[in-house]
Amino acid sequence: MKPVFEYTKGMRETELHYCPGCTHGIAHRLIMEVLEERGDIGNAIGVSPVGCSIVAHQYMNVDMLESPHGRAPAVASGIKRVHPNSPVFTYQGDGDLASIGTNEIIHAAERGEKFCTFFINNAIYGMTGGQMAPTTLIGQKTTTCVDGRTVEQAGMPMKMCEIISNMDRAVYVERVSLDSPANVRKAKSAVRRAFKVQELKLGFAFVEFLSICPTNWGLTAPKSLEWLRENMMPYYPVQQFKCPEEVKEVK
Amino acid sequence: MAEKKLMKGNEAFAAAAINAGCRYYFGYPITPQSEIPEYMSRELKKVGGSFIQAESELGAINMAYGAAAAGGRVLITSSSPGIALMQESIGLLCSVQLPVVIMNVMRGGPGIGSIQPAQADYNQVTRGGSNGDYHTIVYAPNSIQEAINMIGKAYDIADEYRNPVIIAADGMLGQMMEPVVMPEPKAPLTEEEIPAVKPYCLTGHKFKRDRHAINSVWLKQELLEDYINAFWPKYEKAERELPEWESRNLDGAEVVFVSYGSTSRVVLEAMELLAQEGIKAGLIRPKTLWPFPAKAFDEIGASTRNVISVELSKGQMMMDVKLAVEGKWPVSLISRVGGMLLDPYEVVDRTKKIMEVK
Amino acid sequence: MAKKGKLVFRADRCKGCELCVTACPMHILKLDEVAVNRKGYHPISVIDADKCIGCASCAMMCPDGIINVYVEE
Repeated sequence: MKPVFEYTKGMRETELHYCPGCTHGIAHRLIMEVLEERGDIGNAIGVSPVGCSIVAHQYMNVDMLESPHGRAPAVASGIKRVHPNSPVFTYQGDGDLASIGTNEIIHAAERGEKFCTFFINNAIYGMTGGQMAPTTLIGQKTTTCVDGRTVEQAGMPMKMCEIISNMDRAVYVERVSLDSPANVRKAKSAVRRAFKVQELKLGFAFVEFLSICPTNWGLTAPKSLEWLRENMMPYYPVQQFKCPEEVKEVK
Repeated sequence: MAEKKLMKGNEAFAAAAINAGCRYYFGYPITPQSEIPEYMSRELKKVGGSFIQAESELGAINMAYGAAAAGGRVLITSSSPGIALMQESIGLLCSVQLPVVIMNVMRGGPGIGSIQPAQADYNQVTRGGSNGDYHTIVYAPNSIQEAINMIGKAYDIADEYRNPVIIAADGMLGQMMEPVVMPEPKAPLTEEEIPAVKPYCLTGHKFKRDRHAINSVWLKQELLEDYINAFWPKYEKAERELPEWESRNLDGAEVVFVSYGSTSRVVLEAMELLAQEGIKAGLIRPKTLWPFPAKAFDEIGASTRNVISVELSKGQMMMDVKLAVEGKWPVSLISRVGGMLLDPYEVVDRTKKIMEVK
Repeated sequence: MAKKGKLVFRADRCKGCELCVTACPMHILKLDEVAVNRKGYHPISVIDADKCIGCASCAMMCPDGIINVYVEE
């Protein structure tokens, strides 16, 4: 028997505490698979956010530290100054990156910081029990907008890829989705491109993963995939916004 | 022998940090310390260091967290409101036990305040504005030379205790010019040396060790209590070994002043003026604000009738003075706030009023 | 001719989320409605192992990494 798929050694033996069906597990795995392929598990340094994935360091077999809420891009900037040749990445949720951390991510992107940011967009706050996120959709019900988000009350949801791609030094910006095996494979390609951008020191690399949160959406995991396709994809289009020539061929 | 140079305080602080092996500075302009990021932006790259003008003080302190976790010697500076903004991560740095040297060039407060010197962050730096149980070690220079020496020492203390060390300098020290001598320069660690000297730092595990996971959140509270109790002895050690102070003329003094920073130099002049009127005055000058040099007060003699805290705040240090004298002497306050300064004549007048009350 | 695939599960870690069930193009995965693993979930099982083509779609979608996929040489 020949292996087609074996779980990457980049993930530690510790069982994931995430909810059943939470796509954090897939996103974590893709990043570790790519680092393993690149021979970088021993070199990488990651920054985990405040959010459900604050304990990502229990699962990812790389040096990591927890960052205060939203500050991961600043923390990563500091790490990268001391270790300019080590692969550094931040892993952030929608509250972390699009709410409290907008200042840090915008400036890190515009400085062209040479690390990768992996942004998990599931349109809700998971860890704290299902409150509205900046990425919550109009009409979507959460515990802080029980009748559904309205534009008057909370404004429009934030499209982070679109915002970040306006920064000149954010040279690689792509939105992917974790809703199907085919899209998961494409998401992995995006992670590969992001680390290649970092290796070549081209500038800032940003990948947004459309993700599900079955627990706080109140849906089963399979139904959540459908909800993502029907509701998130029209508003957050899956596309490559910017890609440097040098990594276009990376699949 | 290093040459004596006339330097502006802020520039000297920055130069002292580089001299002590600091190669990373992340900062944001704020009066009265903007000359520090300006100096660092010019000079750090000459020695292969990195400067970032961060998006805010919040960004800066978190960049310092990353760089310190990665093994670098970092300097963070700001002034009162900016240090207030950094509190979240100052506490966090204590919780994850990382060394960073932080300088507060203090100005009038509260709030956005004034841009003139003050000493009203005493509570902020000694009691802490962040959450949870922690201490920052705090040095208070009263001259630019002393600040240079304290900055050099702060890096070693920060590494030894794996804790942030704050230098509390008032705005006057940042802006004035004095002749100074830089100590022997210290080389920073190379990237290769970091794992051996600071094995807790993030360097990529290279499969030679377990990965490091620096965490500040503890989902099991029993473990957090154990963790706190495990590192707390270092603060007890600091309280035994780190207090520093200067005493003058305590023998036979009728009144003892307690004062730090540039205010202490005003007090020294006031003491001379009082002596001319036949009033013997002494001074205890804390050089560490935390741990507070309570032992210094054992040296106060039977001749003393008053202890006066002289500070540019509404009595934040006076609280520690009262604790230190253990009720043996009445403690009064001579202060100006909001960025206003004391002059020796005012100190003399108010001292005489206090003494007449008795 | 399609390859013959074989799935190896770490069923004790399965949380019964069924992402693999929806992903499988051959519809051969189903939660075992009788068994309960130590986490309290009905774990995944294969209902028609002969139909497995070793595409690894299930493994792609498993957030907990409990599925390894092999094919006959």
